Amino acid sequence: MSPQSHPSHHAHQHGTEQGLWDPEAETRSRDAIEALQIERLRTLVARVAQVPFYRDHFVHREIGPHSIRSLADVRRLPLTTKDDLRRQHPFGFLAVPRRALARIHGSSGTTGRPTFVAYTARDLETWSHLCARFLVAGGLKPEHTVQIAFGYGLFTGGFGLHYGIERVGAAIIPAAAGNTRRQLEIMRDLDPEVLICTPSYALTIADGARELGIDPRTLPIRTGHFGGEPWTEDMRCEIEEQLDITAFNNYGLSEVIGPGVSGECSARTGMHIQEDHFLVECLDPESLEPVAEGEAGELVITTLTREAMPLIRYRTRDIARLDRQPCACGRGTARMSRVTGRTDDLLIIRGVNVFPSQIEEALLRVEGTTPHYLIEVSRPGRLDEVHVKVEIRPELFSDRMDRMQTLCERISREIQAVAGIRAHVDLVEPRSLERFVGKAKRVLDRRNLGA
Amino acid sequence: MKLQQLSLFLENRPGRLGAPLETIAKAGINILTLSLADTAQFGILRLIVRDWDQAKAVLEDAGWVVNLTEVVAVDVLDRPGGLAAALAVLEGAGLNIEYMYAFSLRRGDKAILIFRFEDPDRAIKVLLDQGLHVVDGEELLNLAS
Repeated sequence: MSPQSHPSHHAHQHGTEQGLWDPEAETRSRDAIEALQIERLRTLVARVAQVPFYRDHFVHREIGPHSIRSLADVRRLPLTTKDDLRRQHPFGFLAVPRRALARIHGSSGTTGRPTFVAYTARDLETWSHLCARFLVAGGLKPEHTVQIAFGYGLFTGGFGLHYGIERVGAAIIPAAAGNTRRQLEIMRDLDPEVLICTPSYALTIADGARELGIDPRTLPIRTGHFGGEPWTEDMRCEIEEQLDITAFNNYGLSEVIGPGVSGECSARTGMHIQEDHFLVECLDPESLEPVAEGEAGELVITTLTREAMPLIRYRTRDIARLDRQPCACGRGTARMSRVTGRTDDLLIIRGVNVFPSQIEEALLRVEGTTPHYLIEVSRPGRLDEVHVKVEIRPELFSDRMDRMQTLCERISREIQAVAGIRAHVDLVEPRSLERFVGKAKRVLDRRNLGA
Repeated sequence: MKLQQLSLFLENRPGRLGAPLETIAKAGINILTLSLADTAQFGILRLIVRDWDQAKAVLEDAGWVVNLTEVVAVDVLDRPGGLAAALAVLEGAGLNIEYMYAFSLRRGDKAILIFRFEDPDRAIKVLLDQGLHVVDGEELLNLAS
């Protein structure tokens, strides 16, 4: 691996004029973007030969940098799935020596055990710049103060955005997630113009303000950058109306880097994919063939510049559409739509990734709660709510109310331990849940996120 | 000396109580008394019936989860202070009552208290030692008819 094969940020002029943090890189023509992607893909193929998972595949098929002559040749490379990452837990995908790591983040997994994501110092540098780009595209200036109400921890949201903002030179209030009243006190005292959190938490802040007798429209916030969970245009309108702000959407996933894969510019007609760092395909999840231009498909991402844990054709399971038409803002990069669905059964509950299998695992720890259960997700007010309905069985039932309540609490505790979310446990009568011939439907998501 | 009580799980929503009672009625089984404990979300229906084994079978056939519990019936004078006097005996002996309910008999001057004890055998011994009258199943049926 030669340092020359990587983008040097120092060579670029950074600024915030016209919403461009890195004007040279961000305004490349389509042709220039694709030429750079081919070059970086070739180098990547050489680098990932360090990773046994890829090396084995390449050796069998005689694949090497020479195999990449056009961008379409990416399809000669293997797909990578979350299961592949899990099988190589924790660091089978490292392409650098362990001592080269500078940070390790994690994402939730079906076993309740995080999948780790490693970064070299240069990965962290790249990541900061990617976050800086979408923040500046959304109007961030060095003179701003930004309140970050994202979790800081293994979750990539807090730290990713933090260093991006620091790079731009704005002042950061690392308020971290939760404690709405304190968030509001901080806002009142420090007048931040920019808020970073999940979209649902933005609405919680508006609710919290009203409870304290504060009109949320009078809060100092003028701009919000929201991500970490799927949301809709309707929700954007509601957030903007309630808080009197402009709300921007951004996208990322920890496996490929975290936030910073794409984000909206001032036109807000899709999220610009940072194509000099990510090669994004949009595939039919069944045939794995590219969908027609502009059609919805699964995003499959190749990390062109990641050093510590580069991934080839990572299946995100996120459904979105790509638009390669030029944007009014002057960027030539492809834009992706909001994520409108998943090709697996992942649920994102208040920003926490939850697989139904985790709930099942929790239920299996309490004898008699399976096989008849249903996970119901709704968003009755601002926040996601999960009800786990469990059919009562003789071995669970007691004539004593205290035992029944203890049972509900125990199931709830197990779900919290395995899946990391609070769920309401509803015991229901025998045979009251629908029976399925074939694969049982375990999840009823009433949130209408596909809108 | 112990009675068999049937307990049923019910969801707490309109119409749920009627269904099991109708099942029992259709089988021609008479209910001596019942009690209902509930939360906002579910309830536990407790029944003392004439033919508990038959009632259990028809309810289970109809898909209910039925639990069988041994409870103890005590008769007291149906007048002010009757229950208090019985409870004083139990408290004095340090007996733990999980729950209880009561009903009056149609004739005579007796009321029946149904107790769910953690340890029914010990409770019966204490009750008898203290001179209270523990009613067994057959006697209860005679009293109630």
